[in-house]
Amino acid sequence: MFRPSSHLINKEIKEKKFKNLLSSITFFLFLPALIIILWLAIKGSPVLSWDFLTQDPINGMTAGGIFPTIVGTFWLVVLSVLVSCPLGVIAAIYLSEYAADNTLTRIIRLAILNLAGVPSIVHALFGLGAFVLFMKMGTSILAASFTLAVMNLPVIITSTLESLKAVPHSYREASWNVGASKLQTIRYIVLPNSIPGILTGVVFSVGRSAGETAAILFTGVAFYLPFLPRSVFDQCMSLSMHLFTISTQVVGVPDAYPYATALVLILLILSVNSIAVILRSYFRTKRKW
Amino acid sequence: MNKKIQIKNLSVNYGGKDVIKNLNIDVYENEVLAIIGPANSGKSTFLRCLNRMIDFNKDARVSGEILLDGQNIYDDEDSTFLRRRVGMVSPLPVGLPMTIKENVTYAPRMAGCKDNAELDAIMEDCLNKAALWDEVKDRLHTLATKLSGGQQQRLTIARALSHHPEILCLDEFSIAIDPVTTMKIEAVLQELKKDITIIMVTNVINQAKRLGDRTAMMLHGEILDLDDNNRLFSGHVKDPRTKDYIEGLFG
Amino acid sequence: MSNSTTSQAFLEWRQKKTTKPTSEKVIEFIIKGAGFSSIILIAAILIFILKESLPFLLSKFDFKEFFMSTEWYPASVVKIRYGILALLVGTVLVTVISMLIAVPLGLACAFYISEFCSPRMREIYKILIEFLAAIPSVVWGFIAIMMINPLIINTFNVPIGLNILNASIILALMSLPLIVSVGEDALRAVPETYREAAEGLGATKWEIAIRVLLPAAKNGLMAAALLGVGRALGETMAVLMATGHSIQIPQSIFEPGRTLTATIAAELGESPKGGEHYQALFAIGLVLFILSFAVNLSADYLIRGRRK
Repeated sequence: MFRPSSHLINKEIKEKKFKNLLSSITFFLFLPALIIILWLAIKGSPVLSWDFLTQDPINGMTAGGIFPTIVGTFWLVVLSVLVSCPLGVIAAIYLSEYAADNTLTRIIRLAILNLAGVPSIVHALFGLGAFVLFMKMGTSILAASFTLAVMNLPVIITSTLESLKAVPHSYREASWNVGASKLQTIRYIVLPNSIPGILTGVVFSVGRSAGETAAILFTGVAFYLPFLPRSVFDQCMSLSMHLFTISTQVVGVPDAYPYATALVLILLILSVNSIAVILRSYFRTKRKW
Repeated sequence: MNKKIQIKNLSVNYGGKDVIKNLNIDVYENEVLAIIGPANSGKSTFLRCLNRMIDFNKDARVSGEILLDGQNIYDDEDSTFLRRRVGMVSPLPVGLPMTIKENVTYAPRMAGCKDNAELDAIMEDCLNKAALWDEVKDRLHTLATKLSGGQQQRLTIARALSHHPEILCLDEFSIAIDPVTTMKIEAVLQELKKDITIIMVTNVINQAKRLGDRTAMMLHGEILDLDDNNRLFSGHVKDPRTKDYIEGLFG
Repeated sequence: MSNSTTSQAFLEWRQKKTTKPTSEKVIEFIIKGAGFSSIILIAAILIFILKESLPFLLSKFDFKEFFMSTEWYPASVVKIRYGILALLVGTVLVTVISMLIAVPLGLACAFYISEFCSPRMREIYKILIEFLAAIPSVVWGFIAIMMINPLIINTFNVPIGLNILNASIILALMSLPLIVSVGEDALRAVPETYREAAEGLGATKWEIAIRVLLPAAKNGLMAAALLGVGRALGETMAVLMATGHSIQIPQSIFEPGRTLTATIAAELGESPKGGEHYQALFAIGLVLFILSFAVNLSADYLIRGRRK
């Protein structure tokens, strides 16, 4: 009969210990996320109600609801996506379908990489210098949305590029081969088959911009506004900024208010991300090749 | 016989390497020209020149002339019309990720044909020619990517025929399919050559023997031999390497 | 060629060119323009930050004072000083400490997910990583104030919990998702044959990890760490909320500090537009831009090196 030597048994035990160590590290890394959400939910739930979501803040933001901040965040996110999404997708089409493998393309790739790595507060400085002052948009929803759009552009380019590259090259060749032009190939072969991936990337970027604070800090978001924005040239409030304000700048806010605000913000982002995850897995089952 | 294609001093340089060296061939109307030769001899590159797919290889440099019915194919900036005249079947079957019907009518639709009856007629005609109609006529709206490899290859041929080519280029079309399907397609080609000119690259020497009217032997970007099949395969060769290759001594 | 089903109309459209060349050219021109947008934007960022900070850089800027002095008194009446050393040290401290926490943990986690997990579990963890990455920085800052702050005060028995340690913990948690996912990609990129060969020689997973995967994925893992550094370096809101407010070189991790990013966020709103203080803050932005540029270029160099 085969009997493992003590050496082998030792090895096995060591192996098991290694695995257990790693798995517990991994587990404890994801624990905080869970704890955070639970803890926000427990602390915030007392004030979380329909009224909290639909009423204005009152008494110097120490009571009332967060309605204008939700409206503001909505405006900022929608406008920024309207700008960054077409530009990002077209830029990715250029890189994937047109760009030759040369120095210029390498420079574009480096630019995208660096654009993604620029600290958000530097984006805020840029937005202030370029949109608010130079283009005379003033501190407005427009300026803040453009700043967010610049921030999101590399994210959208990168995810779109990945989806475009996932369409096999042989499909393009087959389309060219039968006399379709380059543009037709993009329109009828490449885009229809990469739209799911592009969409998922865009939805993820929506979640990202909903939580962004630093980039919109000096470009269009106000601490407090007694009215809802009437046009894109007005300032607005935002959920993320509101959380910052009531947890650090305003005294006398009951504890539950910032908790509830944080909970709303995080639930909003998580649900947007869930949509992206669900979209992704749905499209995966519907893959055509 | 009418010269369909005249190739004059064609050279292709690919990233500093000469892939095709000063090629001169005439292809006659309604013939089947087979091109044989070991891998990396420039056979596929040669086919890509004929419908200017080589334009998409950004580091390829092409020089020389290719005359199609006496007209240089590089005279026209737009190459889409040329590609409709020169059909191409690639080594690996490619069913585009759309329905069978959409696959076969893709080329006409891209060319601007919107008439449904017209499209249906083209589809049935081409699927029939590619010996696929009977197998798929009941599921024209299923995804082409779900077809078997052999079926997809015949679909590729049907698609290549859908834009009504005058010349059909086949690049090792039987590499990914079983012998039975290969035989079916070969029968299709026999039928097709009544109407169109066929240029086929193959590494199956017997296939060249069976289907070709003439056969060219290509090695390192040069044509070593080009002659009628009955002469070439009975030992009348200019270059001894052709004979060695036909007899399977290298390749 | 004769063909029964081919009508005259069929032959007519076949003769036509695919699209009108001019409209196609216009669209392709637009596509190219969009392709260059990122170069234009990155240049514009540099230009506008330079533009706003230039008057300061040309007049008041003193290299030695700017980088060597800890005195940052931009709004002082008697002696205005623009020394960012304390801020620079603050940034470096929180970045380094957070990476000391996040890199080993993150890479261990990447190892586990890539080498031990079933595809199903890997998928679940990936979704969790995405969720963790999606938590916005202002929420992390809130957590720093409400959760980590009392935790530090009680555990270490110190008077304040908003300090370098707090910011480092938050930054570590924030950069973990990035480190884990980039690290995992790097490990996945190691060919399966390497593992099989090592297993064939009787190596344990531990030995494979240390002797085979670590060297093979070295560059990618280093890039993962560097991208984490980039993330930590540029983080603003969470750090602003977690570090406390004190412009000094911290003597221990339990002392509060201030980073470059937090200084801009905290002071720009109060500084008069176009004034010297305002320009000095843009100069800090310039420093941040250059730092992040350097970090990202190095990370890219490492990743590309791996691919070669």
